[in-house]
Amino acid sequence: MSGGPGSRLEARGVRLAYEGRVVASDLSLAVPDGSFTVVVGPNACGKSTLLRAFSRLLRPQAGAVVLDGAAIASYRPKEAARRVGLLPQSATAPEGITVGDLVARGRYPHQGLVRQWSAVDEVATTDAMLATGVEELRDRLVDDLSGGQRQRVWVAVALAQQTPLLLLDEPTTYLDVSHQVELLDLFADLHEAGTTVVAVLHDLNHAARYATHLVVMKDGAVVTAGAPADVLTAELVEDVYGLACVVVPDPVTGTPMVVPRGREARRPR
Amino acid sequence: MSATTTSTRTTTAAVRRLPVLGLPLRRRPLLVGALLVAACLALAVVALGTGDYPLTPLQVVQAALDPSAGFARTVVLEWRLPRVLAALAFGAALGASGAVFQSLTRNPLGSPDVIGFSTGAYTGALLVLTVGGVSTAFASATGSATGATGGGAATTAGALAGGLLTALAVYALARVRGAVQSYRLVVVGIAATAVLHAANTYLLLRARTEVAMAGAVWGAGSLSTTGWGDLTWALGALVVLVPALVLLAPALRQLELGDDAASAHGVRVERARLALVVVGVALVSVVTASSGPIAFVALAAPQVARLLLRGPGLSLLGSALVGALLLVSADQVSQRLLQGVPVGVVTVVGGGAYLLVLLLVRARRTA
Repeated sequence: MSGGPGSRLEARGVRLAYEGRVVASDLSLAVPDGSFTVVVGPNACGKSTLLRAFSRLLRPQAGAVVLDGAAIASYRPKEAARRVGLLPQSATAPEGITVGDLVARGRYPHQGLVRQWSAVDEVATTDAMLATGVEELRDRLVDDLSGGQRQRVWVAVALAQQTPLLLLDEPTTYLDVSHQVELLDLFADLHEAGTTVVAVLHDLNHAARYATHLVVMKDGAVVTAGAPADVLTAELVEDVYGLACVVVPDPVTGTPMVVPRGREARRPR
Repeated sequence: MSATTTSTRTTTAAVRRLPVLGLPLRRRPLLVGALLVAACLALAVVALGTGDYPLTPLQVVQAALDPSAGFARTVVLEWRLPRVLAALAFGAALGASGAVFQSLTRNPLGSPDVIGFSTGAYTGALLVLTVGGVSTAFASATGSATGATGGGAATTAGALAGGLLTALAVYALARVRGAVQSYRLVVVGIAATAVLHAANTYLLLRARTEVAMAGAVWGAGSLSTTGWGDLTWALGALVVLVPALVLLAPALRQLELGDDAASAHGVRVERARLALVVVGVALVSVVTASSGPIAFVALAAPQVARLLLRGPGLSLLGSALVGALLLVSADQVSQRLLQGVPVGVVTVVGGGAYLLVLLLVRARRTA
């Protein structure tokens, strides 16, 4: 599968494994530039593992993750972190930290012995908080925030990194549905503003609604990829998830919407 | 959904930040830091003036500044200053080391004195002394004020090796499927402490009587024998370790966010953690080699500093300052109120009380 002309981030024939357990043996995937790519698939299909490889958290045993034409492993870590940002699944805020101080830590890849904290960092931090709507919480303790607010703060930390590529590992898990939609809208705004977004999501309908490029995975391989309207069919869902369903147009956006048949499928019609 | 449209609201004034590390400049940490420094200096002057030859604070300052002060100058600079300096420097080293390990383990109990690193350092030093037969080092422990610089190097090396090997073993045993679990680390560390205590007792029982006697006093943790000899050696080591810690501090702050976030921000997680463990163990080992294992300063200082500063996470500098203050105070208590009971005993008793308070407060908070 070719990523076409524009792909800054790409997995080329990667073999991904944790301590001997192979998750994917020969996986290739190119992230189209300027896309909102969403990766879906059943549990243990390797979608989060792929994201870990994209974000340098897992080193492929074979093949390579390629960033801007060079193996991502060959970059200095801070240089790679200036190009690819990640909203991790598990991050912990130090006890007693304020929102402003936590977001400021996202500036780490831009700092060094010579290049210390400056007005540029201050502006980037404030911009990240404005974009995520947490600026008014700047002096609040992260410990005191609600789950939805806290997740926005972590998005702000990743935004403060000011990377052209942003990876999101199941960003809406544990949030109630209104916060999920709010957050996905925020990602769509970021995407419209020019960031290439790659997200791993569980909810197929969210994926279909927000993705410009949908990637469907099963057993460590990409089953299909493309625009949600072209890709997401009842046959595909049946094949990948083993779920009988009908696919109808979303009444709001017109994107495909998956409606499971469940026990109704077994009833005589 | 409308949260992003609040741009008309007046923005809160941005925090001013130090250009170095981007640390926020806030009133409270600056004030608390200044007060801690002042308290350390004041206690140091008092410590330099008390003893068999009492001096007023003014006399102490005069004696230190005036080369013609005669006997008072000898008392202050030769007799008392090494001990006071040692208390300050060692307390700071222990406090900073405690902050490093409590941050890495995300656990207020993940302190080098609880998880066996200082006990292991003591084992290493004891091995050098009893098996290696470097008797000169014990000249300092047996009370001869001449100081044994040659033995200092060997015992420090022994302590460092002992501390590092213990750290390595504890980390290896606490690793489950490639990740170190904080809770497991503490439990394994406590077990390692018990085993090493037994080993230390065995080593002392096997040793010649006078060596064992001196070793036991030393093992309680004492500053009473510190002369300029071992002190210059220990301070020299700290001069190397402190800049190393300063260089590693930004990575430690990112590691507080979790391994994944730190790595995504461009920290080489495994390498940074290893370097921090080595520096942290080295700090404890230098102290242990000179004065024996002084418990609880590393445990308590970071948490006390956190209560005082109310800043995010554990402050290395704040922990160092509190550690210095704690050890100078404990040494004064041991010298003046308890007729020379080793300072390690004072810190253990004080630390025991601290642990009880910690547990009671936590229990009440979770109840």
